[in-house]
Amino acid sequence: MPRPGSVWAAALLLALALGRGGCSEITFELPDNAKQCFYEDITQGTKCTLEFQVITGGHYDVDCRLEDPDGVVLYKEMKKQYDSFTFTASRNGTYKFCFSNEFSTFTHKTVYFDFQVGEDPPLFPSENRVSALTQMESACVSIHEALKSVIDYQTHFRLREAQGRSRAEDLNTRVAYWSIGEAIILLVVSIGQVFLLKSFFSDKRTTTTRVGS
Amino acid sequence: MAGVWARQLRVAMWHRALLLLLCLALSSVQGLYFHIGETEKRCFIEEIPDETMVIGNYRTQLWDKQTETFLPSTPGLGMHVEVKDPDGKVVLSRQYGSEGRFTFTSHTPGDHQICLHSNSTRMTIFAGGKLRVHLDIQVGEHTNNYPEIAAKDKLTELQLRARQLLDQVEQIQKEQNYQRYREERFRMTSESTNQRVLWWSIAQTVILILTGIWQMRHLKSFFEAKKLVPSQSRAGLGPRSSKRRPFHWRWRGRTCWHGPAPGQGRPRLMPFPCCSICFIGKRQDR
Repeated sequence: MPRPGSVWAAALLLALALGRGGCSEITFELPDNAKQCFYEDITQGTKCTLEFQVITGGHYDVDCRLEDPDGVVLYKEMKKQYDSFTFTASRNGTYKFCFSNEFSTFTHKTVYFDFQVGEDPPLFPSENRVSALTQMESACVSIHEALKSVIDYQTHFRLREAQGRSRAEDLNTRVAYWSIGEAIILLVVSIGQVFLLKSFFSDKRTTTTRVGS
Repeated sequence: MAGVWARQLRVAMWHRALLLLLCLALSSVQGLYFHIGETEKRCFIEEIPDETMVIGNYRTQLWDKQTETFLPSTPGLGMHVEVKDPDGKVVLSRQYGSEGRFTFTSHTPGDHQICLHSNSTRMTIFAGGKLRVHLDIQVGEHTNNYPEIAAKDKLTELQLRARQLLDQVEQIQKEQNYQRYREERFRMTSESTNQRVLWWSIAQTVILILTGIWQMRHLKSFFEAKKLVPSQSRAGLGPRSSKRRPFHWRWRGRTCWHGPAPGQGRPRLMPFPCCSICFIGKRQDR
């Protein structure tokens, strides 16, 4: 009879290898005319979700593209502000997704993405046990799931607020520069007009045009 | 006796689980990876509330030109990790090996910037190669390693679940607190914009009116000086006396003159057409 410890350890390894889930949530800066790609090795049959949002920069849009190991494009969108895409991995291999800011000449963007692969790793290694959960435990599990969605909504809200705040700060600086600039332009133009007009009439001085005398 | 044996087995299983998990966690940072050039610096931003722990695990692999694959591990390869807080102050700036783990706790809420760049001492191995970096950043309650906590504090399953829920709720609370602080900043920015727009519109209206008045007066005096327009405002005020009102009107025959009081400069003689105006002026002006 094999030692229960080793059998159990093997099961654990197997579970971890196959059901290896996880969530990568990254916010990075994408310079202008740049493209950044991320890769992940996914096993077949895993359900994955890619969600991205542009937080600051320009028109708050970015190009996104998701490819499977064969190079087949699973998802491609141009100039999107926010999107969420769910797919099931049809084969094993390295999946690649890229964000591109190549259409922008001088604004660099901050992009947030959340790539969820499979399910979150279970709390206990013995989660794959056969016995059913008690009522308390299942209540805890449902509270945990509900709190996870609360945290998810909070994250979305935080991103939208960051985007709104970035727009407000842009507006503030633009109003400041514009008002100063326009005041200067107004003064320069009105003074310039007067002197230009005067210069027209001072040229004709020698030709003695006396109007209305 | 069976109970004792079962308990011993459970303890042994826990220890083995812990060891395995620790080994797995430390040895392989699978998950997301990206490519980075030699001198390239990649920065990531984490917007977090205060007193939040952030753990980052990374693993680097070097591209081998001969075999056209990434080597599993290369000693001598180093990554420099720099973390800046929202005020720009450097929180962490350290050099790690080809595989490492960095941790920091935020003390001010806001955008923390985590920058990674390779700092290899042996530049020859790079020579136009690229580096593959596996990265995994965990924030807040994701940093807790529950099996470890269970083993350390000897918690039952239910207690561990309760602990996890407590941590999650605490994280939510911190985030809500941070949200209030962010909303205040947003409100201040909006109010400042509002003020600026208000002052600017008032200022611009004033500037417009003043420049308009100045333009007209300047041009008028210019044209009058050039004698391009007859200098008249009401019935023949001379350019010099246009600023001064006449003391009295005079009417004599068909000519009229007007101007300053007698003895204060010669009155000017104006031709016939202005007499009627003079007359009217007299009527109105007395």
